[in-house]
Amino acid sequence: MPGHDLAPDAGGPPAPRGEPFGVYVHWPFCLSKCPYCDFNSHVRREPIDEARFVRAFAAEIATTAARTPGRTVSTIFFGGGTPSLMQPATVAAILDAIAAHWAVDPEVEVTLEANPTSVEADRFRGYRTAGVNRVSLGVQALDDAALAALGRLHTAEEALAAVAVARRIFDRYSFDLIYARPQQSPEAWRAELERAIAEAADHLSLYQLTIEPDTPFASLAAAGRLAVPDEEQARALYDVTQEVCDAHGLPAYEISNHARPGAECRHNLLYWRAGEYAGIGPGAHGRLRVDEAWRATATEKRPESWLMRVEATGHGLVADEPLSRAERGDEFLLMGLRLAEGIDPARFAAITGRPLDARRIAMLEADGFVERTPPGRLRVTRAGFPVLDAIVADLAA
Amino acid sequence: MTAVPIDHIRNFSIVAHIDHGKSTLADRLIELTGALDQREMAGREQVLDSMDLERERGITIKAQTVRLTYRARDGKEYILNLIDTPGHVDFAYEVNRSLAACEGSLLVVDASQGVEAQTLANVYQAIDNNHEIVPVLNKIDLPAAEPEKVKQQIEDVIGLDASDAIGISAKTGENVPAVLEAIVTRLPPPKGDREAPLKALLVDSWYDAYLGVIVLVRIVDGVLKKGQRIRMMGTGASYEVDRVGVFTPKRIEVDELGPGEIGFLTASIKEVADTRVGDTITDERRPAAAPLPGFRPAQPVVFCGLFPVDAADFEDLRAAIAKLRLNDASFTYEMETSAALGFGFRCGFLGLLHLEIIQERLAREFDLDLIATAPSVVYKVTLTNGDEIELHNPVDLPDPVKIKGIHEPWIRATILTPDEYLGAILKLCQDRRGVQIDLSYVGNRAMVKYDLPLNEVVFDFYDRLKSVSKGYASFDYQLTDYRESDLVKMQILVNGEPVDALAMLVHRSRAESRGRAMVEKLKELIPPHMFQIPIQAAIGGKIIARETVRALRKDVTAKCYGGDVTRKRKLLEKQKEGKKRMRQFGKVDIPQEAFIAALKVDV
Repeated sequence: MPGHDLAPDAGGPPAPRGEPFGVYVHWPFCLSKCPYCDFNSHVRREPIDEARFVRAFAAEIATTAARTPGRTVSTIFFGGGTPSLMQPATVAAILDAIAAHWAVDPEVEVTLEANPTSVEADRFRGYRTAGVNRVSLGVQALDDAALAALGRLHTAEEALAAVAVARRIFDRYSFDLIYARPQQSPEAWRAELERAIAEAADHLSLYQLTIEPDTPFASLAAAGRLAVPDEEQARALYDVTQEVCDAHGLPAYEISNHARPGAECRHNLLYWRAGEYAGIGPGAHGRLRVDEAWRATATEKRPESWLMRVEATGHGLVADEPLSRAERGDEFLLMGLRLAEGIDPARFAAITGRPLDARRIAMLEADGFVERTPPGRLRVTRAGFPVLDAIVADLAA
Repeated sequence: MTAVPIDHIRNFSIVAHIDHGKSTLADRLIELTGALDQREMAGREQVLDSMDLERERGITIKAQTVRLTYRARDGKEYILNLIDTPGHVDFAYEVNRSLAACEGSLLVVDASQGVEAQTLANVYQAIDNNHEIVPVLNKIDLPAAEPEKVKQQIEDVIGLDASDAIGISAKTGENVPAVLEAIVTRLPPPKGDREAPLKALLVDSWYDAYLGVIVLVRIVDGVLKKGQRIRMMGTGASYEVDRVGVFTPKRIEVDELGPGEIGFLTASIKEVADTRVGDTITDERRPAAAPLPGFRPAQPVVFCGLFPVDAADFEDLRAAIAKLRLNDASFTYEMETSAALGFGFRCGFLGLLHLEIIQERLAREFDLDLIATAPSVVYKVTLTNGDEIELHNPVDLPDPVKIKGIHEPWIRATILTPDEYLGAILKLCQDRRGVQIDLSYVGNRAMVKYDLPLNEVVFDFYDRLKSVSKGYASFDYQLTDYRESDLVKMQILVNGEPVDALAMLVHRSRAESRGRAMVEKLKELIPPHMFQIPIQAAIGGKIIARETVRALRKDVTAKCYGGDVTRKRKLLEKQKEGKKRMRQFGKVDIPQEAFIAALKVDV
């Protein structure tokens, strides 16, 4: 399945058949909220009526598919929340609904995010049977004290056991770690990462801990009770990450994602390549090309409100806005420059109707923050990635 | 209205410090004489200050007149013309011309505050204009009022007999009628010859969208009539008079204005710049033999560059400046190109307040975001080849080897302060290269006179004075002379490149401390970039101070997937908006506030 997927998609207006098309499905429930997380996740005491949700997902899929006829679904991603709380039958029903309304590529990538607990690992085979062919496990740390501090409900041992189950059942799996945690030294992180790589197959997502507004961590940090690394320490941890992963043949293909060549997550590549995707479920975002124009969509975040909207109107959209050329250009830059492969400047010019500022590129190039590759692409260098946001702001200005 | 007998006219102005009650007293006088009825007065505090800026700052920028009709105790009707003058030293010449149009002044002093520096300067001007002066003690209703002490002060400091000073409360109206009576009995009527050729003093002028330029005049000799052809003796231009009238303060047309009267004329004059304050207006066919004395053209003393924050607003700035200039001929402008700031204007002002007013009006009335460069005074540079040039912009300083000497303008400052702040004020003046001329005491208040280089005052002298005296010191100055000085051009280099907008001339002895303060301030104001940014102050090739803005080490969003794009794009848009408000110097973006804040550094 790899190979052709890594070629950048062509720019330009009409939607040729065979272009990648992704479907993102959001399952908005968790057993508990992690104190660092600002995702759209909700904890419910009552059991979730999954059958009712399945009907709503199917309805929203039908409505969305009607706006995007002729697409062939190349990737599907179950995110959350905690999708591994869904019964396998629920996942199967949603995949059936997708297949009923769009054509599906025979080599479709179907990823499901899972918590690495024994309860959830028991459902892995069921997901496999339903059609899931890739799992992404939220391991987060291989240190029990750190896991407790992050509010996780599993131990390191339990997480590694779940990874082992995933390895047996799926050809492709990945797991996440969070680093730059309070008091984490570069040496400790190096050892933890080495251990993780020994368990990893061919894909790892390594995120620096970010203090998001309106989270318990943000309150702690504001009160001075959470000591996160400063810029210099964070940079040292980032450098260690690149060094260790490179040494093990897992280069960063994106800021926080490492893979053996060919094992990249195709669904996420679609986002970074500014491709087309539908967002299904509460609080899901989409980028759709409707009547030749790009639109940004978003659905109602609160699960019960979303349900009621979908049941009443067939969709949960609360935003469905056209994107101007300039806005598309901004998104193209801020997503595309996250990738090691970089961007095609000609596609930027096609999207926005103006070329990138050659003078700014030249200055960034002279400082070694960006470089041009032989096929004429522009990419951020190893030195540039740690300050990517500043580079994007510079190029987009 | 028919001509008024000249001995029934009284022309007066009010001399007062800010907040001592000039505008409130004027309101009461207008009210008492019935010039505006209760309904018209209602909600119109400070009738004479028409600009928002004037009301907010408690200053008068444009002269205004009001003609009041008053039946005195002697049973006769008098015409009282009040000229409300600008009170600030920047407008000293305008004040002087307004005073020249009157025969007397009310000296209003706050009975709880006493005499202030600004009062002094203006009252001396009034005395120079041979005014009869009536001291008025305002705010006698306040518990802190000390009328006897303030009377003594007036006698000691100003040398005026204050024995029959009138105690009033302009706020409550208490005893204000006594002021009206004193104007009639104690001020002399004007003198003038109705039969002589027309001779009128041009007191002030402003632009009116419907009538063109409105010219405020005081008739000295002769008669001014509608339809008459007049000539400005200073500029030589001639016009036909469209309208003649007076302000009550409502604008009312009259048939003619005779000797001693104050009023206005319109004559299809297109620009205020065509009317020079202090000029003499005469009859074209039967001109006066000589103009009135004291006329001189407005002379800008402080210059700065004004640039639009967004280069795309340049044309808007040009239009706005031209429009303001319609109403204020005392500021000058010419186009300027800065390597750093693009296209803008080099503007000349009468002083710092004038500069601030123009800047604020551009921002407020025309909604323009501006970058103002360091204020600079006018230097006189003598070259080795014998030429002398006037330097308005430090960037234009010739190569030092071609310079024989530089002269800079000096002022004489008068500062009045409560005793306890004297030490700090003396130190401030000393630090600014001041030379003490005089120090005396008036009760528990000290009066110091200092000679200071104007270039030390244009920075933040006034702010510093206010802060070291907790706002109690008052300050006034007049330009005195040019003196030779050891001045050097200090450049600020950001990432190795000189930023012309931050260049300044400083005294050699002050260069290092100012340079250090500037680079330290800039270090705070320039955000970290992807690389280190050296900030240097240099004289010629020599670096005298240096700071470094650290490089960004980590600035990247960890997670960015499909659900994050919209939020990230909006953040990026905000960043782009912020960048628009910065100026690019080579690779470095400098926020606009850096230009202003760097000039206000405390040295």
